[in-house]
Parts: sequence; C-alpha cells; structure tokens
Amino acid sequence: MLVNIARRLAAMLAVMFIVATMVFFLTRLAPGDPASLMLGDQATAADVAQLRKTFGLDQPLIVQYVLWLKEVASGNLGQSIFLQRPVLQAIGERAEPTFFLALFSILIAAVIGIPAGIASAVWRGRHADQVASGLAMLAASIPSFWLGLLFMQFFAVRLGWFPVAGYGDPGAGLVQRLYHLVLPATVLGIVNSALITRFTRASMLDVLSEDYVRTARAKGLPEHRIILRHALGNTLVPIITVVGLTAALLIGGAIITETVFGLPGIGNLVVSAVLRRDYPVIQGALIVIAGIYVIINFAIDVIYTLVDPRVKT
Amino acid sequence: MDFTALRLFLKRLFKRKLVLFAAIVLALVVILAIAAPWVAPFSPTGMKVSQRLRPPSMVNWFGTDEFGRDILSRVIYGGRASLGIGMAVVLASMIAGTTLGLLAGYFRALDNIIMRIVDAMMSLPDILLAIFLVAVLGASAGNVVLALTIVYTPRVTRVVRGSTLVVRELPFVEAAHVLGVSTWRILSVHILLNVASPILVQATFIFAYAVLAEAGLSFLGTGVPPEIPTWGTMIATGQQYADQAVWLVLFPGLAIVFSALSLQLVGDGLRDMLDPKLRKAL
Repeated sequence: MLVNIARRLAAMLAVMFIVATMVFFLTRLAPGDPASLMLGDQATAADVAQLRKTFGLDQPLIVQYVLWLKEVASGNLGQSIFLQRPVLQAIGERAEPTFFLALFSILIAAVIGIPAGIASAVWRGRHADQVASGLAMLAASIPSFWLGLLFMQFFAVRLGWFPVAGYGDPGAGLVQRLYHLVLPATVLGIVNSALITRFTRASMLDVLSEDYVRTARAKGLPEHRIILRHALGNTLVPIITVVGLTAALLIGGAIITETVFGLPGIGNLVVSAVLRRDYPVIQGALIVIAGIYVIINFAIDVIYTLVDPRVKT
Repeated sequence: MDFTALRLFLKRLFKRKLVLFAAIVLALVVILAIAAPWVAPFSPTGMKVSQRLRPPSMVNWFGTDEFGRDILSRVIYGGRASLGIGMAVVLASMIAGTTLGLLAGYFRALDNIIMRIVDAMMSLPDILLAIFLVAVLGASAGNVVLALTIVYTPRVTRVVRGSTLVVRELPFVEAAHVLGVSTWRILSVHILLNVASPILVQATFIFAYAVLAEAGLSFLGTGVPPEIPTWGTMIATGQQYADQAVWLVLFPGLAIVFSALSLQLVGDGLRDMLDPKLRKAL
C-alpha cells in the first residue's frame, strides 16, 4: 500500500514539474519584454537594462528556468508587475469568493446531479431516464456566461431578489457576501450538474447489474432498500471522485462566471492579469490551480487505496 | 462506396427520434452558416442607426443591435466563424490526439512521457489553459484554433491510447506481425480502423465543447477580435445593453445552445450505436 502511495506521489510531483516547465517556457514565447512592460513607455534603455539585470532576465534562458524552478519549489511565485505585491499574496486575497463559489456550485450540482443520475439509472430507458438525461445534456450545452447574464437580468434586475453583481461593500458581513454568490453558484451548479448526472447514472447502472444486487432482489428485499443501501453505497466512491475533481476544476473554471458577476476572485485576477500581461500572476495562478487539482486527485487516490481492498495490491 | 452499409448505419443511428431531430437541427445550422450570403435577410454589418435596439418584429425577426444591425443576419453569419473554428479545432485535435494516442498505446517507451504531459495539461481547467495560451500567442481566430487544439488534444490522446492498449493485444495484430506487416502499417491501418469509433464519438463532443469554449474566450475579450461577428462576440458586446434589449444576448446564446446540444445528442447516439457493450445490453 505504501509503495502504491509513494508511486502516486511521484506521479503527482512529475505532473507539477511538467506544468511548471510548460508554464515557464510558454510564457517566454509571449511577445514583449517583461522589464519594458513593467516600466512602461517612458523608460530609458538604461532603466530597462538595469531592471532586466535585477530580475535575472539577462541570464541565458536555461539559467533563468533553473532559478525560477528553485523559487517555485520553495513556494515563492514571484512579484506581480501591476499589483506591487507577491503573487501568492495576491492569490490569497482573492481566494475567498472563489472558494465559496466552487463549494456552493458543487453542492448545487451534486444535489441536482446525484438524484437525477439515480432516477435515470433505475428507470433506464423510460420517460424519467429520457427527461433526466436530456436535461443533463441541455445543461452541458449552455454557456455559463449566457445563463449568468439571463439570470442576472431576470432575478436581479427585473425582480430585484438578488444583488446584480459584486461581492458586497468592503467590510460587508459574511452573510451579505455569501448572498452575492447565490446567483453565480446556481448558474455554475446547473451547468456542472450534467457531468455528475451522467457519471452517477453510469456507475449506478454498473452496480445494478452486479450479482449481489440480484441476490438482494432474490431475498425479497424492497426495491428502494436495494437501491439506496446496496447499490448506492457501492457507487458512492466513484461519485465522490467525480464531485471532488469537478470541484477542483471549478476553482479555475469559474473564471467566466466570476467575470460576469464581477466577483473579485481568482478567475477575475487571472483575466485582468491576461489583459494587462502581468505574466508572474498568470504563471503563479496556473501553478496554484494545477496544484490544487493534483492534490485533490492524489487525496482521492489515497482514499481509494484505503477504502477499496482491490486497489491495495 | 458501399451504400447499403451507409444506409444501415444511418438507420441504426436514427433509431432514436431525438438523435434524428438533433442531426436535422445541426444540418440546418451548418447549411445556414455556409449559405449565409444568400439566406441572411440583411447585411451583417449594415448599420442603420435610426433602427437601433428594435425588439424582434416581422422585419427583424431577432431584433436589431446597438448599431441597428439585423441580429438574425448576424447570428447566421456568426455561425460561420463559430462553427468554422469548432470544426478546425476538431480536425486538428483529432489528428494530433490520434497520432499521440496510437504512439503512447503502442510503444511502451513513449507511453510514460506522453501520458505524463497529458496528465499535466488535464490538471488545468480547459478555459484557463485556453486563456493562457491565447494570451501568449496573441488574440486572433487562428490562435484561438491553435489554443483550443492544444486544450483538447490530450482528451483524444487519452481515449485513443486506452483503445489502442486493448486492440494491440488482440490476435489479429499478432497475426499481422507474424505475417511481416510493418509496424507503421499495423498502427495506421489495423489498429487505427479498430479505434475509429471512439474517435468519432469524441469528435462530436469536442466540437460542442469547442463552440462553447470559443464563445467563452470571445466573451472574456481574450478570443476572436470583437469586430468579427461570432456568437460569443455578439453576447460580449450585447451584454451592456442587456437590461434594455435582452434579445441582443438571447439569440446568439440560443444558437450556441442549439448547436452544442444537437452535437452532443448526435455524439450520444453514435456512442450507443458503436459501443458493442451497450448494444448488447439494449
């Protein structure tokens, strides 16, 4: 078991190393010199040269790469060009709305997706299945920003039930802040419920054809008991996996929704960094977001190993 | 070409009425986009400031935008860019992903390297990776295609590799080896033909995702330049008028939903038909 976990850990580090390498070299493909970008149009050539030296930009690319990797490995993601603070701090300041948004969205997605998936597996091929599967596919075809704009128009502008945008005034209480997340989280929850519905349906169908389900039926157990106890219990692990991975992807994938609703989250930080070519922030955010995904993935693998005796070998 | 086989294929595919309906919608959208200059009632760029922000009417079925341009015509023309970009992404990512997947599935030595890179790329949310790539490459229609191709290639690679791992162990591949068929031919003919169905299914889904992702990028201002009408840029520029003229946002969005939904339904139909495991169970 420990060998298995160690192997997973090595794979995780390899993935992070590749992400970091990719991010570094791709960023260097971008047009424009970071130093002259930082100093603006008014800077003299001497100033630019001085700054290039301070940041080590006059070194050969490979040396810069090694130095950068060392910094990243020790947890230093560099300085933002525009925000005048370390990248990690900038990300930390924006983490709260993104975290709660991802959390609420995934809860809403699970509350819609898991029952819909169970219903469509249990009544496979019948009307309930067609309706649930059809709605799931519809949800997966809706652009989140479009649904967001329509919801905003209807529920916030017309009906006035929810705030139109933003995350409350500075100093607003937690309840007030969370109230601003109701609409965006609903939108993201609906859009992301599709994957969970499909996945729950597929795992449930797998389990329902197992021998022990047939045995339970032969024993004369009531159908709801078979489905809720025997079948659902055995689909929980794969369902939790897909919920966990979706949640991890939502942390970076909520970018568009954050932009629509003007939420000051990580996604918003990335978009403004892209528009201002603030490369250290883009690089840092990508590494942090990939890191969260990889860690959640790793945690799920470890849980699998602990829970499922078949994976132990 | 063997038409009996094609007819049988279509008959089985369209056994589900919904799949047939989706295929018709999709065909209609594609034909409208191709025939845009002949079917669009107005010029997509013709401004009539006196007619600005008119609600849907008999003359302008989908209303007019902030410059008095006809939205129906712009949605029809927008399909050219949106579907064109989607199609290009599908073709390019199929070619790249299939090649990488075949190599990874067949050659053990390459498997580890290719799949670790695939894992790394899939650890980033699609849209985030796309934004980053477009930021690095520069915003243009061509670069959006390139960026989305890089984003979706790993998915195809994963699927093709998985199928290749299964097919390469089958006796007919061994037989081909024994008969002295070259490795290149085994890969490009014997194995490729046997992993074609999952590739085809993936293609329809990636088409849908690419249309959605293009719209998302354009909406954020990190995609196609706003002067080119795509469904995404129309929603992006329309959003500031959304409270007085919601049709600016509504109709291009519906075009995206209908296209993506029919693509996914067709993909689902294909999968049901091509997956032998499912077929037996039905």
